[in-house]
Amino acid sequence: MGASTKRAVSGGLSEAQGVSEDSLRLYRTMLLIRHFEESVRRLAAAGETPGLVHLCSGQEATNVGVVLALAEGDYIASHHRGHGHCIAKGTPIDLLLAEILGKAPGICGGRSGSMHVVDLPRRNLGTNGIVGGGIPLAAGAALAARARGTGEVAVCFFGDGALNQGLLHECMNMAAIWSLPVIFVCENNGYGEFTAMEDVTAGPSINARGEVFGIPSVTVDGMNVRAVRAATLDALARARAGQGPSFLVCNTWRYGGHHAGDKQDYKDDEETKRWQALDPLITFAKTLVAEKRATEDELALIEEEVARQVKEAVAFARAAPQPALETLELHVHG
Amino acid sequence: MAEMITFREGVLEALFEEMRADPSVILMGEDVGAAGGVFQQTKGLFEEFGARRIIDTPISESGAFGMAIGAAMAGMRPVFEVMFGDFMTLCMDQLVNQAAKVRYMSNGAATVPLVLRTTMGVGAGLGPQHSQGFHAWAAHVPGLKIVVPSDAADARVLMKAAIRDDDPVLFFEDRLLYAAKAQARDADESLPLGRGRILRAGRDVTLIAIGRMVGVARAAAEELAREGIEAEIVDPRSLVPLDEALLLDSVKRTHRALVMDAAPLRYGVTGEVAAVLSEKAFDWLDAPVGRLGAVDTPVPISRSLESFVCPTPARVAAAVRKMM
Ligand SMILES: Cc1ncc(C[n+]2csc(CCOP(=O)(O)OP(=O)(O)O)c2C)c(N)n1
Repeated sequence: MGASTKRAVSGGLSEAQGVSEDSLRLYRTMLLIRHFEESVRRLAAAGETPGLVHLCSGQEATNVGVVLALAEGDYIASHHRGHGHCIAKGTPIDLLLAEILGKAPGICGGRSGSMHVVDLPRRNLGTNGIVGGGIPLAAGAALAARARGTGEVAVCFFGDGALNQGLLHECMNMAAIWSLPVIFVCENNGYGEFTAMEDVTAGPSINARGEVFGIPSVTVDGMNVRAVRAATLDALARARAGQGPSFLVCNTWRYGGHHAGDKQDYKDDEETKRWQALDPLITFAKTLVAEKRATEDELALIEEEVARQVKEAVAFARAAPQPALETLELHVHG
Repeated sequence: MAEMITFREGVLEALFEEMRADPSVILMGEDVGAAGGVFQQTKGLFEEFGARRIIDTPISESGAFGMAIGAAMAGMRPVFEVMFGDFMTLCMDQLVNQAAKVRYMSNGAATVPLVLRTTMGVGAGLGPQHSQGFHAWAAHVPGLKIVVPSDAADARVLMKAAIRDDDPVLFFEDRLLYAAKAQARDADESLPLGRGRILRAGRDVTLIAIGRMVGVARAAAEELAREGIEAEIVDPRSLVPLDEALLLDSVKRTHRALVMDAAPLRYGVTGEVAAVLSEKAFDWLDAPVGRLGAVDTPVPISRSLESFVCPTPARVAAAVRKMM
């Protein structure tokens, strides 16, 4: 895509949208994700995380704006940068962190790690080590919901990198012809690994990738939790009314580089500063205070509480044992 | 006496029965709906079960199979058709990285109860991209189950077992068997996968064959019987799980074994089975375990070349004579 279509960075949400939500819950969940991720970053730097970990600090508004709009029975399929989705969908952070460290009490027994967390009891079809891999899983869960007539909706999250996987286009086409209750959510953080989205993505816009299938497609300020929530509620209403899929392009930013430890030489400082000014936590905190939903002191208390929770999770996960050798060959087949 | 059914009808009957019994069973594939399947293998299903359960997919094997996996994780039991086994390559990532690993990755909390049904068959003049069987490839992937039925009766009971199984099952149908008839059999209807069958008793050598190779083994056994060599024929029916006990028991009685398959010999099913026998029945063997497979080439379209690709009764008989 040409420079003229560089992503819009501005907010521009209508304040009227999404005000009936539990604002403090949105804030607290975003904060929990941020503290969790920053702890994972420290653990990774200390060499305590096996495998690669991809952190979503900066993308909390997209994670939380979508997931907290869902009903408990709705499905999500996540991707390699998926801790925030798991937390928002309710996976306990101590079990999630133990999983990331490959420990026995991890949510998957310490056999899956950051990129392969499957938490089906919470209707999370999993983070995914294959770029685009979760897309058909969510579309398939939507197909199941349609076949049963049970009314659940499925959301698939993917990065801008997955825009160029054929799988996305196959699934968008099928979701459209079958009017599936699925929401495609692109978390466009501008880069796939070390490559700028614009350099590898053709066409007039990202939305056009959905529009070509007749899927209602909107660009959303992914740094603004309310904007994301409002767009998700619209898409959910359409899905539940049998009107089929939607495509949300959430423009957002990852602070931490591709994986924990990435020095990010490929980003320029100006760009980083511009996005940091839009930090979803800082901006939402200001809004909450301005709207008198909380005082600064109350927000500080929430932060203290969240920090304590994460600290406990870290202590729990670090102290947890490695999985027993006898578990190695379990659950290959039923 | 039970009626005679063709292989094609055997699988179709299983689909009708399981779909009637369990509303979570759905069928997905190309032209499987009103058209009744390109081999007429899904005829009548659409009329009875409708478009919500008999789903005509676009030609998008990767995405559609991935969706079958998602549907399975969300409580359905999809049977997914891949028209020609060769096209399974388009589903490979979904199969290997998602379907096969979900149970393990979720520590047993999530399952993928689906059947990937596909066809193969050397000998129909369909050439390099429409003949191949990938059962050996798939058998190498932890987490998948592999079924290769050899006749109509087995096709029916094994498809029923595959649909009821909670793991991803790959069901390989040899198109050259589609019109072959056998007597329907209810006896082992409720057996789980992993049980083989002795199809012919014999004292001198065990012929281990799957799919269409069972017929080749039978013809060879008749030829050998005229020479006084009595071959036992064992069909493991599924490669994963493999009924090792049955194979070992037979070989310990006959002291000789020949393993055969219609897919390329190199790194294939025959090598694996031969290794199991050699490791676990070495002291009972009077000759090295023999094996016969297809030649290690793509499948040519020329009739004369193609007829040379797979083991024949004459080649099986010759191989047995050599080990006596
Ligand atoms: C099929 C596949 N190809 C390549 C990779 C290696 N890889 C992991 S993440 C990634 C970049 C993905 O970028 P994007 O989808 O934009 O997500 P982001 O990391 O920016 O959140 C790549 C290439 C992979 N995991 N899977």
